[in-house]
Amino acid sequence: MNCSETTSKYYRVNRLPHIWCAGCGHGTLTNTVVRAIDKLKLNKDEVVIVSGIGCSSRAPGYLDFNTLHTTHGRALAFATGIKLANPKLHVIVIMGDGDSSAIGGNHLIHAARRNIDITTIVFNNNIYGMTGGQFSPTTPYGDLATTAAYGNIDKPFDLCSLAQGAGATYVGRATAYHAVLMQKLIEKGIQNKGFSFIEGLSICPTYYGRKNKKGNAFKMHSFLKENCIDKKLVDKDPDKGRNKILIGEFYNNPQPEYIESYQVIIDMFQG
Amino acid sequence: MNDKGYKLVQGNEACVEGALAAGMRFYAGYPITPSTEIAEICSQKLPKLGGKFIQMEDELASMAAIIGASLAGVKSMTATSGPGFSLMQENIGYAAIAEIPCVIVNVQRGGPSTGLPTSPAQGDVMQARWGTHGDHPAIALTPNSVQETFEYTVKAFNLAEKYRTPVILLMDETVGHMREKMTFKNISQIEIVNRKKPSCKPEDYVAYRPDEDMIPPMASFGEGYRYHVTGLTHDETGFPTNSSHVSEGLIRRIVDKVEKNIDNFSYYEEYRLEDAEIVIIAYGGVSRSAKSAVDELRKQNIKAGLFRPITIWPFLEKQIYMVSQAAKEIYVAEMNLGQYSLEVERVACKNCRVKKINKVNGELITPEEITEAIGGSYEL
Amino acid sequence: MERYEIRLSGSGGQGVILASIILADAAIEQGLNAIQTQSYGPEARGGASKAEVIICRDEISYPKIRKANILLSLTQKAYDKYIGSLDRDGLLIVDEGIELSGNDPIKAYRLPILKNAIEKFDTGMVANIISIGAIYELIGEDVIHKDIMIRSISERVPPPTVQKNIEAFEEGIRLIRGYYE
Repeated sequence: MNCSETTSKYYRVNRLPHIWCAGCGHGTLTNTVVRAIDKLKLNKDEVVIVSGIGCSSRAPGYLDFNTLHTTHGRALAFATGIKLANPKLHVIVIMGDGDSSAIGGNHLIHAARRNIDITTIVFNNNIYGMTGGQFSPTTPYGDLATTAAYGNIDKPFDLCSLAQGAGATYVGRATAYHAVLMQKLIEKGIQNKGFSFIEGLSICPTYYGRKNKKGNAFKMHSFLKENCIDKKLVDKDPDKGRNKILIGEFYNNPQPEYIESYQVIIDMFQG
Repeated sequence: MNDKGYKLVQGNEACVEGALAAGMRFYAGYPITPSTEIAEICSQKLPKLGGKFIQMEDELASMAAIIGASLAGVKSMTATSGPGFSLMQENIGYAAIAEIPCVIVNVQRGGPSTGLPTSPAQGDVMQARWGTHGDHPAIALTPNSVQETFEYTVKAFNLAEKYRTPVILLMDETVGHMREKMTFKNISQIEIVNRKKPSCKPEDYVAYRPDEDMIPPMASFGEGYRYHVTGLTHDETGFPTNSSHVSEGLIRRIVDKVEKNIDNFSYYEEYRLEDAEIVIIAYGGVSRSAKSAVDELRKQNIKAGLFRPITIWPFLEKQIYMVSQAAKEIYVAEMNLGQYSLEVERVACKNCRVKKINKVNGELITPEEITEAIGGSYEL
Repeated sequence: MERYEIRLSGSGGQGVILASIILADAAIEQGLNAIQTQSYGPEARGGASKAEVIICRDEISYPKIRKANILLSLTQKAYDKYIGSLDRDGLLIVDEGIELSGNDPIKAYRLPILKNAIEKFDTGMVANIISIGAIYELIGEDVIHKDIMIRSISERVPPPTVQKNIEAFEEGIRLIRGYYE
């Protein structure tokens, strides 16, 4: 399916243009979500996209599914209610880095711990963009932000390790540059019966990039291209991973899913 | 159950029974005294009915989860006490602006902060009205017995469904933890209200376009009406807008749909009020002390009566005004330092004196404390 | 019948709250009005525990006790705290391990509740039910039928312990009956 077909089938075209800055990685990442849904031929009526607050969270508004734009950090808690109330629905959560791991960090680890069948996609641009460039829990150590005027002294989270450690059963990372891989990971995440966590490294040329002299959007995409390496290659040759950002499928280990476990309890009382 | 159909039931238990009778099939919550029995009983009963119970990581998440479940078409509830109620305020506001029906039970305990976990208080009356930020509708009901807890939990769901708004059942530790008789008779005849659904085709559905009653029909996620829900100020389509005209209209509509319908759910009790010169206004657990106090005062030939609001929000302006026209003095007795009394004063002060009887030590106001306060100051 | 305001006190874990629920439950089964309330501290075990039951033919508005006419205390601490709230014409039941202060009503029963629970039933767990037996004997069968009491106990204790608890209830009745003999 080409771009315009995808657009007309899955986007609320009358809601476009989107609010994202020129060069922002979020549009590409949103498209990988749409293409994954298309590839899996999911029924649009049965897809729910939930988001929190921030630049990333505007994505669902452009998409022609059941869409819910919630409060900051709480997307997974809303999503948990939806999924539990109607397990037939495919629930996909789109969050930002601050959204998912600062204000929503507690909800992230507990949704992962329960292994509830929700696919979580984090658009990680290392900054609070919507509010104008404050440091987030994924802003690298030493980098500048409007609230880290002398360099960030907070240590950043590795979101994938966090999710895996908390109990996610499918974990992977790709980038706005590695869109094909991103789409593939999302497909597998949706297919995983359990909590899936896919981090999409995005770029924010407007705030993070400008503040830290990372160059324009082209340069920032080039950075992703040149500094990321698939885990599979590093597994074969660990030297290749030195000073690189790992991408690819990190963890795929299906475990009993929360709602299925709950259904066993319900079934105890039937007939 | 005895031959008259009565059974010993705890207030919190009656709340669950009422919720289940109303059709509640989703509960999300976080344990907190003195509301915990509600979660415990829900965890036992819901799976037997095919419903779902989940213990969330905190009250922020609990409130979010019940909104999510309600959007998926299932009647949903959470229960908490003061500290948790504070955390829920964020998403109570979300439910108000996104017009998602749900019921929040607050079994009040002493505050502020962790306060007195096992003792009764009524310090959250204003929080139930103004706890979340911004202008918004508020419906809160205050039962004073186990039987009423059952009945008003059902009504809380009916109002939530009818007006597409969060409804607060404002209990207190006294009512939540006490056990007394309750009848389950006539449960099958209880009126149950379900949310209005769209009758149009999905392509014609405009998610937030209200009918004449100011309430938009609500489709559930998964029914083919793919629409957008946001906590941002939005237009009839449900999408965000910065239009000042639309914003004003939205906020006025969600407030008006509740406040202009107050006559449909003005619940209250009048006790020995016919010729009363002294009127005690009390609600929840304290109203039981007030009733005993009225009987005691009557024995002393003091013409006392009780006005007991059950609908505590919106404020029963009309009824309180009428009470104040007939009364010489009004005493507002409550387990806080004067919250509901502020509203009573606003409406009644031109007609009669309004005095306060307050207590914040974690103990129920006694009938004697009320009679003494009145006996000590009543001017014949 | 008069109005019974019964206060049961002890330490957390002794089951005084369950005892109060059983009493209130039986009263309602009997067709009377009853209200049961409780107050407790943060401890699940130990600490002070207090439960109240009001039994009356009329509707009960104020749900708390003003002046108890029956007080049960299973610990010295509970006795010291609540003896002052017992009506002068009221009835006092205490465990025999409690030292009375001298401010007691005329009708005071010091019973081997905790000792008999362990010696006769191998468990302190039934002390609350022995206590109910004692309270019941003072209230009398004209207020609540005995079979209703036994049914209420049977429905509220763990199923495997029903027989043992019924015997404990009878033990409480015996302790009162034999007291002045």
